Amino acid sequence: MQHLLSAADLSGDEARSILDTTDEMARLTDRAIKKLPTLRGRTVVNLFFEDSTRTRTSFELAAKRLSADVINFSAKGSSLSKGESLKDTALTLEAMGADAIVVRHAASGAAHRLANAGWVSARVVNAGDGTHEHPTQALLDAYTMRRHLGDLAGRQVVIVGDVLHSRVARSNVHLLDRLGAKVTLVGPPTLMPVGVQTWPCQVSYDLDAELAKADAITMLRVQAERMSASYFPSTREYARRYGLDAHRMAKLADHAIVLHPGPMVRGMEITAEVADSDRSVIVEQVGNGVLVRMAVLYLLLGGAAPTQEER
Amino acid sequence: MAHAPRPDGRPEPDHRPDPRVLMSTSDIARAVTRIGFEILERNKGASGLVLLGVPRRGVTLAHRLAAQIATVEAEVPVGSLDITMYRDDLRLRPARALEPTEIPPDGIDGATVVLVDDVLYSGRTAKSALTALDDIGRPSSVQLAVLVDRGHRDLPIRPDYVGKNVPTSRDEQVRVQLVETDGVDQVVIARGGQ
Repeated sequence: MQHLLSAADLSGDEARSILDTTDEMARLTDRAIKKLPTLRGRTVVNLFFEDSTRTRTSFELAAKRLSADVINFSAKGSSLSKGESLKDTALTLEAMGADAIVVRHAASGAAHRLANAGWVSARVVNAGDGTHEHPTQALLDAYTMRRHLGDLAGRQVVIVGDVLHSRVARSNVHLLDRLGAKVTLVGPPTLMPVGVQTWPCQVSYDLDAELAKADAITMLRVQAERMSASYFPSTREYARRYGLDAHRMAKLADHAIVLHPGPMVRGMEITAEVADSDRSVIVEQVGNGVLVRMAVLYLLLGGAAPTQEER
Repeated sequence: MAHAPRPDGRPEPDHRPDPRVLMSTSDIARAVTRIGFEILERNKGASGLVLLGVPRRGVTLAHRLAAQIATVEAEVPVGSLDITMYRDDLRLRPARALEPTEIPPDGIDGATVVLVDDVLYSGRTAKSALTALDDIGRPSSVQLAVLVDRGHRDLPIRPDYVGKNVPTSRDEQVRVQLVETDGVDQVVIARGGQ
């Protein structure tokens, strides 16, 4: 693996090797001294053009647990807010000797551009590009599901909400398909992306019809900040039709788990009662996020540096 | 003509092709039995012992040693210690898959840890294992048991228990095969690259 740009790039074997490595990371950090010396002397740059607390902190903690040096570049309070281009920022980081760049950008394809334009020799990890992909989120979701459900082959996963603006949904669909799970996307027709019928999943507009079969259900946040028009009449109507409340949770199978990539909007896509119930693995997802990112950084940086041909 | 007996009646020199068998199934069984007794003798019993195998074959050997010790004295905790994250040569090869690390529930603080590995060569694995132990706890002492010591140490590391000392050259490969991983119990030596 040279870069981690999208879940769609991963083969089933690659995905499983990341999840198996994550299992070992869980064992290695389940003790008093959580730090491992593996990436000593390597530099990981968090390059965040969009606001993020959870993902950036998670990557930072993962890199530090592996003894890498971490530098955070965020849009606010840096040259990025002064109009510097992605290319010039990349050249600066290359000159500073970054070994890996974790990038989040509002433009879909930014991570791919950074990895393949020849500007940097660092490994690139996509931490969210526009409405395209967020592969480490999909990996941590799959890891969390695997912890609770075992092998995901044949499992039913229902993903509900604002699919149109969700890079999490797209990454999840591709990764879960690779792992053999059956995915159903549920949401209002206005929040389904064009071409969704070509994705390896089912599409439904009726949440209640999909609840009984679900082994895992992922609630997506309605991304109001990306909406330029009104996609549904009112938040109340959205919550009535596509929100997960206690009444709907009662229709889930006994073993089914509830996920949310965060940040949650309580009362919109999920009620407080559901979010705080013992079905909910939302807090566990955060912890697993650190472990998955440790596994990804280890697999990208733990071995030999890329040779000239690989670049 | 080539196979005619030599005039002095001695057998032909050994021209059998590599790989040659250094230890047979029963040799390995005897070595494990002896090392088990040596561990008990040196430590005056089984109390406070923890066996930690280095994956993968060291773990199998650690379990066999524990079974041997159990028949003589008492059950001892067995675990595994993967040293991949502590290797000093990580950057020389692509990232490796991690093997399980399982520390017995009571930990290793104050225990006598016996590290178990199949082959002792440069000593770098043993050194990495010592570094890894630092992050897990503070044993009262650490000992090293290996099935084969083939020499050529790069570091000042010395085994406490050895199944067999085998003088080798650096271009030879010593391979320990065990039923659990390889379907057969034997130690073979081959010329490099095989």
